Amino acid sequence: MDDLDRSIINALQGGFPICDEPYRETAERLGISEAGLIERIERMLADRTLTRFGPMFQVERMGGAFVLAALAVPEADYERVAELVNSLPEVAHNYRREHALNMWFVLATETPAGIDAAIERIERATGLKVYAFPKLKEYFVEMKLAA
Amino acid sequence: MMEAMALDAVDRRLIVATQGGLPRVPRPYHALADQLGLAADEVMARLRRLLESGVIRRIGAVPNHYALGYTANGMSVWDVPDERIDALGEQVGRLSFVTHCYHRPRALPLWPYNLFAMVHGKSREEVEAQVGQIAALLGADCRAHDVLYSSRILKKTGLRIGA
Repeated sequence: MDDLDRSIINALQGGFPICDEPYRETAERLGISEAGLIERIERMLADRTLTRFGPMFQVERMGGAFVLAALAVPEADYERVAELVNSLPEVAHNYRREHALNMWFVLATETPAGIDAAIERIERATGLKVYAFPKLKEYFVEMKLAA
Repeated sequence: MMEAMALDAVDRRLIVATQGGLPRVPRPYHALADQLGLAADEVMARLRRLLESGVIRRIGAVPNHYALGYTANGMSVWDVPDERIDALGEQVGRLSFVTHCYHRPRALPLWPYNLFAMVHGKSREEVEAQVGQIAALLGADCRAHDVLYSSRILKKTGLRIGA
């Protein structure tokens, strides 16, 4: 990653314009060509410097639901449970974390009822209690990890 | 619970068409319009409306934290008094290294924490210093805290809605 990549990432973390030629507009601000900007974005997506480029959706505003949940998985059973949990399409992310609650995942569904159904399926399949941590309130953060 | 915006069939097609990303061509909204059989002006008007209503948070790039060198990511969790949590959460969210900050329910006795703040640093030491800054900010309002580091990504796909 070079300095231009960093400037592009910092510029693109904000709002990408909605207009006829948004790449040209953004490229002009960065002092590069439109084709150069598109090529850099393509390359950073290909080498996974960027995980996504496009609209970020807020599922709750679409009537859907997004819930953080956790399991306390016995070590001997960890791989089996990870496979079971990952196999659900409702599971968007899943991380191992070091705590008694050692598996943390995000459930994303198109309706709030879908969350309850997914939790029930996980509990039935694993025999473990799912701890759900729905957000009660989100505090404002800026998008600001400097590249 | 947040109020949901009513989406029509065209909005849903637009969401399905863009959830994998925006086309990397000089006129991306025109390309989407062609793909969906709509006018480019309508695609842009709908995207603006989805942005204003919060269905779209923003249009932009999501950098891979690891590729940027932020390899130490900690979920810091705090037990603070419920009656003070909103004021404290707003302050913690404003710290530059906090990327997500939420009030979530406790699950006693296993889980006494009600404030969650994701922090990102370039080393474990940096994250520990950041957590120290949050602890200093919370002061006596912090009754207990912990930091859970992710030691393995088991799955990462993001949301997919059906057509």
